[in-house]
Amino acid sequence: MESEYILEMAGVTKKFPGVTALKDVSFKVKRGEIHGICGENGAGKSTLMKILSGVYPHDTYEGQVFYNGEEVNFTAGAIRQAIEKGIAIVYQELALVPQLTVGENIFLGHEPRKKNGSIDWNQLYSNTKDILEKYKLDIPYAEKVEDLPVGKQQMVEIAKALSEDAKVLILDEPTSALTINEAEVLMDIIRLLKEQGVTMLYISHKLEEFFEISDTVTVFRDGQFIESLDKERLSLERMIALMVGRDMTERFPERKHQIGETVFSVSDLHVIDPDKHGKKVISGISFDLHKGEVFGIAGLMGAGRTELVTALFGAYGQVVQGEIQVNEKAVVIKDIKTAMDLGISLVPEDRKNMGLILDQSILKNISLPNMDRFAGFGRINKLGELEESQKYSKSLSIKTPSMHVAVESLSGGNQQKVVISKWLMSSPQILILDDPTRGIDVGAKYEIYKLINDLAEQGVAIIMISSEMEEVIGMSDRIMVMFEGQSSGIIDVADATQEKIMSMATGNVADQED
Amino acid sequence: MTLDKAQTKAFLKRYTMVIALLFIWVLFGILTDWVFFKARNLSNLFRQMTITGFLASGMLLVIVTGGIDLSVGSVTGFVSAVAAFFQARVFPDLLLNMMPNASIAARGITSTIVTVLIALVVGLMIGSLQGLVISYLSVPAFIVTLGCMLIFRGGVLGVTGGKTIVPIEDSFRLIAQGYVPKPVGLILALIVVVLIFLGSLDSRRRKRAYGFELKPLAQDLLMAGLWSALVLVYVLIMNSYRGIQNPVLLLAVVAMIVHYITQNTRFGRYVYALGGNKEATRLSGVNIKKNLFKVHALMGTLGGVAGIVLTGYVAAGTTGGGTNYELDAIASCVIGGVSLSGGSGTIMGTMIGALVMASLVNGMSVMNMPIFWQYIIKGLVLIVAVYFDIASKKKSS
Repeated sequence: MESEYILEMAGVTKKFPGVTALKDVSFKVKRGEIHGICGENGAGKSTLMKILSGVYPHDTYEGQVFYNGEEVNFTAGAIRQAIEKGIAIVYQELALVPQLTVGENIFLGHEPRKKNGSIDWNQLYSNTKDILEKYKLDIPYAEKVEDLPVGKQQMVEIAKALSEDAKVLILDEPTSALTINEAEVLMDIIRLLKEQGVTMLYISHKLEEFFEISDTVTVFRDGQFIESLDKERLSLERMIALMVGRDMTERFPERKHQIGETVFSVSDLHVIDPDKHGKKVISGISFDLHKGEVFGIAGLMGAGRTELVTALFGAYGQVVQGEIQVNEKAVVIKDIKTAMDLGISLVPEDRKNMGLILDQSILKNISLPNMDRFAGFGRINKLGELEESQKYSKSLSIKTPSMHVAVESLSGGNQQKVVISKWLMSSPQILILDDPTRGIDVGAKYEIYKLINDLAEQGVAIIMISSEMEEVIGMSDRIMVMFEGQSSGIIDVADATQEKIMSMATGNVADQED
Repeated sequence: MTLDKAQTKAFLKRYTMVIALLFIWVLFGILTDWVFFKARNLSNLFRQMTITGFLASGMLLVIVTGGIDLSVGSVTGFVSAVAAFFQARVFPDLLLNMMPNASIAARGITSTIVTVLIALVVGLMIGSLQGLVISYLSVPAFIVTLGCMLIFRGGVLGVTGGKTIVPIEDSFRLIAQGYVPKPVGLILALIVVVLIFLGSLDSRRRKRAYGFELKPLAQDLLMAGLWSALVLVYVLIMNSYRGIQNPVLLLAVVAMIVHYITQNTRFGRYVYALGGNKEATRLSGVNIKKNLFKVHALMGTLGGVAGIVLTGYVAAGTTGGGTNYELDAIASCVIGGVSLSGGSGTIMGTMIGALVMASLVNGMSVMNMPIFWQYIIKGLVLIVAVYFDIASKKKSS
């Protein structure tokens, strides 16, 4: 006797010291559906998934979880028990061993054995092939995972979950690191899995994706279940309104700004990567940047956008040709310090690994690049440091009880505000933002857009890389589209359409595989 | 004032090692019929912790960067041998020729001052060299210092020629064996107490000037009072024997300098930042290599200080000097809560760690426990301390 619902939660509450991550959550997942889950960061999505997949054992939360109509009470070894029952999770951050092959990764922990106990490699690779073929996953089975592009690594994760005969597959923001093409391929795989009867919980910040694949979308807010919308009732406005708890009339705020003189210009820039045998990563890039302007850089992953801006910040590669001018004076940016002295700031792409020291306080993170202001020769003026940092924390409305809280305890949006604060404090005239809204929720995104506009209005020249097509069109004055380390052209935002940018971003190279 | 459960827990967590230290002391007190607590023994105990203390102070910064220094024992031994060599073999004849009319005592003091300077420079140079290779040539600290552990152990044998070097000038011995005259000690203690209170009030005044919220005056005064009481009690106990030990005073100065570096300087801030996240720190415009280099140079210098005190303490340069000291220094840091993954740790914790290690050795010696037990128990305590640290972190997350 199978019930209509494969998963049910009834009155689930999960508390952490000081916070209630989930409050009395009840919801149901139908057998065989693709169930979208959305909500702002901190809405409780991840906690929910961790309960389902056994990361938080039964005795650490209140309420009941039913799987196939039976109450589950995973306790010791809960993760393993969940997998054996058929609940598998594909994490946002890939959980693979890069140095092992695809097959080894897929069967890690349940390798087929020979009678004598040693691993049966032939069986392992033949099983791997079977799984990859069954789900039409186009991955070389004996390749090392580190040699695969991110999109294929994601597929390996999925194959790994499926290898244990998963009935319920939880996908936690699977497309956040993928290029548009890779995401398309993933969508196809998801549809195929659905045909084969796999139920999926699909968490994403990219709301458009739900229209493509979801049967139902459940919205969470502040640890509470808000509403489950079925396909017919699904609309972008409705989802956003439910997520933020208010109607959002506009996604991108208005900007009243004056574009001024040229403050920064790059002509015919060529950059090589000395760590990759001098491979050329940027060739022939030229652009001007004006006071008060937001200059968008679009392109697919691997197009060289991050390489370009980190090279301009003196943090990467080696400039082999080209000229950079700041305020119409030719400069050589040989290191980060030089860039900072010229008034350039860079908010890096990966805030956890490159932007923040997670276990240090907000205060120390914000002041780190600005120690010149607080420490002349030696002693730090700690009170001045605190006062100044608080100013930025307040003006960016970072939600925290104190400046001495470790940044790791903040939500993604607030963490990003800390990174932006640390770079605003140095009063840059050129601010580079590398994908500043990646992985943060709708409400915080809007705040960051407003902040970018304010800065532009104050006359800061802004370079903004964005992976979201709508964002780059919504925020920029001009857009440069990059492809394979080169510029495919700079267009005015008035002429920009998603289709146009997409075609420029894909160049005219036919083979997009790998 | 009553504490709720959460506050009690936080308090226990923060002062775990202080509580453990007091427990160890009481245990040894009972086991030794309170001989452990006699002023004479306490005087020895604190003196015994000093060499480990100097090394642990430097090791703290090295570990905070995410590195390790396995060579400090050998470096201490090497500097100690070099110091003894100059004291016993070079300066007596040299100074006799250069200052034939000076008194023996004057020559001795000259020899001691110059030897101290030489020892510090040798330590600084060794540390700088290691720092160069580690930061600018990017050879892992583990490997560089493992290599140097062997190199300077060889150096010790080379300098000593396999024999103990004696004699050491009396004035040099005083560095490690001497005492601060009792009245001077008392005056020093009173000055420190006054400074503690003035500092506390000054900090309140400046906070008020900036408009920050102040803790209740009583709370700040209570803290200042506690520290003052600790200083006074220590000095009074030591004065009831022979006075404050010179090396303990030296260690207190070093510890205060390191405390100042970690809390109040840009260099200190950068060291913790790069230990916490190297890439984020680099992208903040911090010169990682330069700061890493400085940390190792400082470690080498403190190895020099430890070498000086070692020579003064044993009044000789010995072939086995400094053996395994690196392990005591690392253990002190780890027991004191310094994270081996880098980015966190305090000098207070490290000093308590060093005191725990010294107390174990001292207590077991007083009990006449066989040496083999001493090794085993030290090893066990290290593992248990780290286990507690990990367990308490797990519970809180």
